[in-house]
Amino acid sequence: MRIVADLGLCQGHQMCQGEAPTVFGFDAGADTVVLLDEHPGDTLHDDVRRAVTYCPAMALSLEDS
Amino acid sequence: MSVSTGSTSGAGVAAIREVSRRFPDSPHGHLEDLRDDPIDLLHRLREECGDVGRFRLADRDVVLVSGAAANEQFFRAPDSTLDQAAAYPFMTPIFGKGVVFDASPEERQQMLKNQALRGDMMRGHASTIEREIRRMVAGWGDEGEIDVLEFFAELTIYTTSACLIGLPFREELDSSFARHYHELERGTDAIAYVDPYADIESFRRRDAAREELVALVQAIIDRRLARGTVAREDRDLLDVLISIDMTADHITGIFISMMFAGHHTSSGTASWALIELMRHPELMAAVVTELDELYADGSEVSFQALRSIPRLEAALKETLRLHPPLIILMRVVQDEFELAGHRLPPGTVVATSPRVSNRIAEDFPDPEVFDPDRYVDPRQEDLQNRWTWIPFGAGKHRCVGNAFAMMQLKAIFSVILRDYEFEMAQAPESYRDDTSKMVIQLARPATVRYRRRQR
Repeated sequence: MRIVADLGLCQGHQMCQGEAPTVFGFDAGADTVVLLDEHPGDTLHDDVRRAVTYCPAMALSLEDS
Repeated sequence: MSVSTGSTSGAGVAAIREVSRRFPDSPHGHLEDLRDDPIDLLHRLREECGDVGRFRLADRDVVLVSGAAANEQFFRAPDSTLDQAAAYPFMTPIFGKGVVFDASPEERQQMLKNQALRGDMMRGHASTIEREIRRMVAGWGDEGEIDVLEFFAELTIYTTSACLIGLPFREELDSSFARHYHELERGTDAIAYVDPYADIESFRRRDAAREELVALVQAIIDRRLARGTVAREDRDLLDVLISIDMTADHITGIFISMMFAGHHTSSGTASWALIELMRHPELMAAVVTELDELYADGSEVSFQALRSIPRLEAALKETLRLHPPLIILMRVVQDEFELAGHRLPPGTVVATSPRVSNRIAEDFPDPEVFDPDRYVDPRQEDLQNRWTWIPFGAGKHRCVGNAFAMMQLKAIFSVILRDYEFEMAQAPESYRDDTSKMVIQLARPATVRYRRRQR
């Protein structure tokens, strides 16, 4: 699993941090998400999928890798 | 057949095919098409012109795009290139002078951080919303009938005012606020593209309703001033605006604009979700079972509404796809802008249509069918089509309240579907939208019968 964050879409809701705080960080200056872990391990996949599904800006997506 | 109108706004625009007219004698281009049947106009444009087409709205060209590629260009364009405010002249008399239509992305992010839509505020909002729903149904008794538009429109006045402005302000409101607010929403005739102050009945009622709302807010301000200062934790947004000496007219305009995006949209979606579930008893049963199981352990609505409720969420998404509250999203070109290979000069209106894009058959197989399974993994037709599944728009201007809206809808249905069962009090196909105004609302009658569940 590889996470892609589209910073051109991110609105800074920070919802993803609530789902997977070790995967998603936040750049307060730019008001956008920071990927802390682009290839999270298996145990985090459900949390990451939820973060992608519930991102209010639809800024996150997943790729196979 | 369509005839070029000899637009002077540039070869780039003139080369775009213009959709046919049902009212060829109208002096305002396709304005009468838009007023008479906007859904027909929008779908006809895609049928006749493809991904990029054009219609005339009074003295402007409107370039309407659809499909993922053109929509993405539309939604990714920077604010300096495409401006929203000038595209919606029918909103100006409703908000009043000096009230901005929409904030810039920077201001929106600031609002997110400082104000009511922040993720960590949602828990409080969820319990506020649950309380408001319970107040609304408290007088229902064991069975009866409601007009769904009236019910959800009043409910969402209370929830949006409580969550966005504050509980003390909400406690000052009764159903009269919702009635006046409804007149504002009815005062959105597209004739505003010719004259937002035209002497027509719906605009006179709109202006009278706004005056009534200003008077209601003035009375609340007067009571606040007579009461004097209260402790910081008991203050709401109204106290803040009073403290900077803002007039009642301006405050009312700000409140109207804050509530506008979340009001008719949420109430319309709640209404259509209930109607679609009643039309599909097997889907209704699945959602009710899901809720019964979810709440079997006695958990709180304010807790669950913030969490995954897959079947209900899929039904809500499918409702939004088929009945997007806004059927057209518009911007005005500020700096020359290239869209789908066409150079568009400043002043051109560009638009995309959630109603049309949400029903593109290539992206949404059997597009007319209400099928919540579209959203189940691995289909995920919303995430797979993020530039054409656009009930909330897309890009930087994607509805900033969408997480709030989904939470509110989940809370509403968590309460009403566990305590009551619903059935249609009129023919299934008789529930329909009134599309004669830019703000689309359910047409009346839209009556529904409820009965308390035996559990």
